[in-house]
Amino acid sequence: MRNYENVIYAYIIMLLLIICVGLFQSWSIALTILNYCLISAVMTIGANIQWGYAGLINFGIMGYTALGGLAVVLVSVDPVKKAWQVGGLNILGSIWIIVAIVFITRFILKRFEKSLIRNYSIAFLIIAGVILIRVTATPGIEAIESVDPAVSGFLGGMGLPVLMSWIIGALLAGALAFIVGKIALGLRADYLAIATLLIAEIIVSIIKHEEWLARGVKNVIGLKRPAPYEVELQKTQWFRDFIEKIYSNKLELINTIAQKKIVLNQLIIDASSIFVKLCFTSLFLSVVIILLIVTQKALYSPWGRKMRAIRDNEEAASAMGKNIVKEHLFIFILGSAIVGLAGAMMVTNDGLFTPGSYRPMRYTFVIWVMVIVGGTGNNFGAILGGFVVWFLWVEAAPISLFLIDLFTAHLPETNMIRSHLVESAPYFRFLLIGIGLLLIMRYRPQGIIPEKIIKQ
Amino acid sequence: MDFLNAIIVLFNFTVIPALAYGSQLALGAIFVTLIYAVLRFANFATGDMMSFGTMFAVILTYYFQSLGFGLGFLPTALLTIPFAILMMILYMLIIDKFVFSYYRIKKSPPVQFAMVSVGVMFVTQALIRIIIGPSDRRFLDGEKFIIKATEFKEMTGLAEGITLKSTQAITIIVTLVVVSIMFWFLNRTKTGTSMRAYSDNEDLALLSGIDPKRVVLITWVIAGILATIGGVLYGLDKSYRPFVYFNNMLPIFAAAIVGGIGNPYGAFFGGYVIAFAEILLTYSYKKFVAYLLPSSLEPNSLMQLLSTDYKFVVSFSILVIVLLIRPSGIFKGKTI
Repeated sequence: MRNYENVIYAYIIMLLLIICVGLFQSWSIALTILNYCLISAVMTIGANIQWGYAGLINFGIMGYTALGGLAVVLVSVDPVKKAWQVGGLNILGSIWIIVAIVFITRFILKRFEKSLIRNYSIAFLIIAGVILIRVTATPGIEAIESVDPAVSGFLGGMGLPVLMSWIIGALLAGALAFIVGKIALGLRADYLAIATLLIAEIIVSIIKHEEWLARGVKNVIGLKRPAPYEVELQKTQWFRDFIEKIYSNKLELINTIAQKKIVLNQLIIDASSIFVKLCFTSLFLSVVIILLIVTQKALYSPWGRKMRAIRDNEEAASAMGKNIVKEHLFIFILGSAIVGLAGAMMVTNDGLFTPGSYRPMRYTFVIWVMVIVGGTGNNFGAILGGFVVWFLWVEAAPISLFLIDLFTAHLPETNMIRSHLVESAPYFRFLLIGIGLLLIMRYRPQGIIPEKIIKQ
Repeated sequence: MDFLNAIIVLFNFTVIPALAYGSQLALGAIFVTLIYAVLRFANFATGDMMSFGTMFAVILTYYFQSLGFGLGFLPTALLTIPFAILMMILYMLIIDKFVFSYYRIKKSPPVQFAMVSVGVMFVTQALIRIIIGPSDRRFLDGEKFIIKATEFKEMTGLAEGITLKSTQAITIIVTLVVVSIMFWFLNRTKTGTSMRAYSDNEDLALLSGIDPKRVVLITWVIAGILATIGGVLYGLDKSYRPFVYFNNMLPIFAAAIVGGIGNPYGAFFGGYVIAFAEILLTYSYKKFVAYLLPSSLEPNSLMQLLSTDYKFVVSFSILVIVLLIRPSGIFKGKTI
């Protein structure tokens, strides 16, 4: 138990901070922060598997998150029948062309010796393929995008329950990771970072600009939810009774019936949003707990020991007969799949898919800061990092506004420096996160909760 | 005549913009490659450092404009570049002193350096947004065009015109001057040679009496010059917006790696490779083809390989292909 004392203290402090937000700002904000903390925790578990277990640097987290989000749209949205009728064949045709190109390229690579002619023929094949795809797809895409462009203009999804998309999102991200891993995993660490960063950019820009797929920058709104909707909840009898019972003391103090009704209605509206958020919280919490148990078991299993051995000394592990390339690829896929799951969870939580919002700053670098700050190689640390950094990310603006007010209190309201600082308060979060990262890297490179090796 | 028109269309819409954009990328790529060769890490703060230098140029331009200083038909920003460079070098040296030097002495692995540079990126980005804000700013003044399309048409009597913006001309000229001075410095002076020696083999360089502190200092000074000039030229040509500078880091990285990272010649070349590839692959050839083919064969489509939305994707794909086929880059850089 002694071993876990620090961990427990750290989590209790974190929980108290969130409760503070609930008390001083509002419970709705506190729950939103908590939900996002949990989603961040799933992402950091994924990144930590790659970086902490195996020492693979993946700056492409944004790409997998976006792909997970895309999965929600593709799975849960109802299919747009008209769009399929006008352009479905063209899209399917282009997909078949892509598959054919990939297989022919593989065939050429396998069948013929390495030569200049082979390279040129592959290049020719790909360029011809791109032109062919454009010819087949363009009329279809134009037709699809002109179907009701204000609300749909895309192919829609499969109309399945939204929770299915979490699994599909993980699978999609894993499949992408397989391709990326095949291409990039042989590179040295910092090249791998750059390559993954750029590949993630490619993925996001495809999602952004292919409007037939998921409306691109026009966003998809009103996605399905695994939790009840507020409006319906407010009409449900048992929920109304429940709220009335909880606040019965408060309601008794009000004299007139009309006023009582108004107050009760307001209470129900507030409570319904909190109830919905609690539903999400319990879903996310169960995902985090399941992942934590599984990853923790894996870390201390023979497999985990093997991964650590490969991370700490590749040559030695290779000499012991471990297949490093294969293990790296496997763990890359595993970590990315978890990040994809987190991406799907996030879109489900928001209820909307906004490809324009995927930026490397927020979805790659902040996640990395979480892993580094929390503690690489330790799942409890990574999750705590997700909580701490997300909390700071959200609360940095109010805190810095408070500090600016404190330090510039002697200046008049119209002072230029003061008003400029107040205007730029939202950007202090970058400063806070950056300085935090630099300090942690310098003085506690192992993170808040360092990796623990249990001798077995 | 049609042939000449076709050539001019191509020249006006692809070659000139690509040369200007390529010069801006090349300066950034040499900055990346220099840091990589001498200090041995991939600097993720590249884009934001360029933005930081440009920020001073923008602020000083506004200040000079309010004082009434100017260069007549040239943009005032050129006058502010030396001051901006000084501020930039000062900032870089402070960052190096408090952040990077510790890891250099400890001989940390490159990944740790990369993570630290991410921290620097966050801090720099915050400082920029706090000082100047995230909005879009134009700070170009003076003459806008050197050759206008209409004038060109009148002069030559052709149907198509060439437009040469003054910023494009300035970009290309300044880049050539700066880069040739830098190559002369690296190859012909004693300090430049000692830098190359330090980059090739650190221990051997130390043994032969090269002062590592001096080498690092000179590297940051050159890096500051390149970053600021590159940033200001980009800002003059397009506009100054902090977020765009962060995004530009990615094609710059691509240029440095495609050329062969650690090799300044390669980076210079890589900048143009990326720029030309981006523009040639996303340019619509309809007008060009229309001039060459008889009017009966005139194409209906835009004759565009990829839509312009995929500009960045082109450069990243080139990078991926280069990493796959020739990981050391076109010019042989450091081994990966």
